[in-house]
Amino acid sequence: MSLLVEILTKQQADLLSDWNRDLVNQTRTNGLSEKEIANQSKMLLEYLRDALQQDGNAMVDAPAMSRVRQFLVDVADARARQGFTPSEIAALTFSLKRPVFLRLEKLANGADQLSAEIWAATELIDGLGLHTLNAFLRSREELIKRQEQDMLELSTPVVQLWKGILALPLIGTLDSARTQVVMETLLQKIVETESRVAIIDITGVPTVDTLVAQHLLKTVTAARLMGADCIISGIRPQIAQTIVHLGIELTDVTTRATLAGAFQLALQRTKLNAAALHEFERAKSGAKEF
Amino acid sequence: MTISRSESLPIRSSGDVVVIRQRVRSAAEDVRFSIVGLTKLVTAASELARNTLVYGGGGNMLLEEVHESGRTGLRLTFADNGPGIADIALALKDGYTTGQGLGLGLGGARRLSDEFHIDSAPGKGTTVCITRWK
Amino acid sequence: MERIPILRMGSYLLVTVQVDMHDQLAQQLQEDLAVKIVQTGARGVLLDISALELVDSFIGRMIGNIAATARVLDVATVVVGMRPAVAITLVELGMSLPGVQTALNVELGMELLRDRLEETVFNDHFPE
Repeated sequence: MSLLVEILTKQQADLLSDWNRDLVNQTRTNGLSEKEIANQSKMLLEYLRDALQQDGNAMVDAPAMSRVRQFLVDVADARARQGFTPSEIAALTFSLKRPVFLRLEKLANGADQLSAEIWAATELIDGLGLHTLNAFLRSREELIKRQEQDMLELSTPVVQLWKGILALPLIGTLDSARTQVVMETLLQKIVETESRVAIIDITGVPTVDTLVAQHLLKTVTAARLMGADCIISGIRPQIAQTIVHLGIELTDVTTRATLAGAFQLALQRTKLNAAALHEFERAKSGAKEF
Repeated sequence: MTISRSESLPIRSSGDVVVIRQRVRSAAEDVRFSIVGLTKLVTAASELARNTLVYGGGGNMLLEEVHESGRTGLRLTFADNGPGIADIALALKDGYTTGQGLGLGLGGARRLSDEFHIDSAPGKGTTVCITRWK
Repeated sequence: MERIPILRMGSYLLVTVQVDMHDQLAQQLQEDLAVKIVQTGARGVLLDISALELVDSFIGRMIGNIAATARVLDVATVVVGMRPAVAITLVELGMSLPGVQTALNVELGMELLRDRLEETVFNDHFPE
């Protein structure tokens, strides 16, 4: 691979400008300025040159390549956040082939040396490309995981209805993972707000399977151990039937048909809220007159 | 699966059980378990360590940090040379005990971990291995 | 020997568990508390476990036993401050501590005891 080192050392500026032209033409810049791209390619070539001067046969996983690898990971991380596509990331390193091969052709002594040099360079550049792509995918996966987590948190809005009364209006399908996060959030909020009653409203939940029903029950039990009562409200007729069919015992759990009914009960339970209860009941009876 | 750290701890007294809880807790903190995950693992460790002490006549625990397909976990292996268990299925049932406990130890530890293996025979001692992933 | 302190607050006893309890310590507390209830004529017990990061089946059983013993001595027990992670784990373990009263913190636990006491006094004066 002696010729590649020579190119990187003696023809760096020339190689760089040639490569940069390709880079800018082939890929979207996604808001990156040409100067930034040029800067990054220059650094990559410099790191690559240093690595190959240290170890002329270094492949991507060689110790000499550690700075190159780190640099590619950093670039991939940044581009993952900037919304580049996998092919654009791949093109980033693979585009180095054309300008490098051109120069190898000029320098090589005969077909044997040329093919050996091209083969070595291909292996190295492919290795760099895969390394970058892997880093890019890892970065994307982390991003997706983080977004999933964010979404879970967004979909668990624990709200305080009154002093000492929390409500958790659940909307959409509950899977086991989501139920678990929801429940942990609820219990944590109970402590933070010193709430003695928590209403879990499942009006917006289309179906409940055994696992989810069990999670709900466990939450009610855990809340009780902590010193808070749970009321489950808004159980749809189908869900009520499912629960009976599944043979799940709800005898220890307080249920109410509506969130309003649950809130009224909650006010009664937290006797501190006598005035609020009075107000609530008056409003409710007033509403009936219409 | 790769193992990045391992540590063996004796279980000879109820003080050792407390030490095991603390070691497992700090290992779980090091790999940044969630608070619920951490509490479940430490509780499982406490149950199994007590079993090793009370029913196995003492033994030791191996604590390992394990890595597999991008995830990190802790693996705990409790081993004793006690009388062993004749009917493992029965021992795993909630409420079953040969001692004065509640009989929630083994079954409870299984529910609190992601992976659970038990190896035991009369006269051969008992080995219980649990893993919990982050 | 190491012991968990039992404080007297008016007609209640307050036990704050702050250490990672080994089994004998838990056993000892159970015995000490029964003696203290009789000695002081306390009307209620507050068991504050807010500092406990772990309640396994042994400690769970101790809590259940304390409440049961107190009940036999006609004293109400309120367990206060159990952490969410501890509660979730205990449920998973299969212990729901039926018959044990709970409260979020000492203040609310005290309130609960007071209410119960008032009820008893009321019922004593106006039997059904």
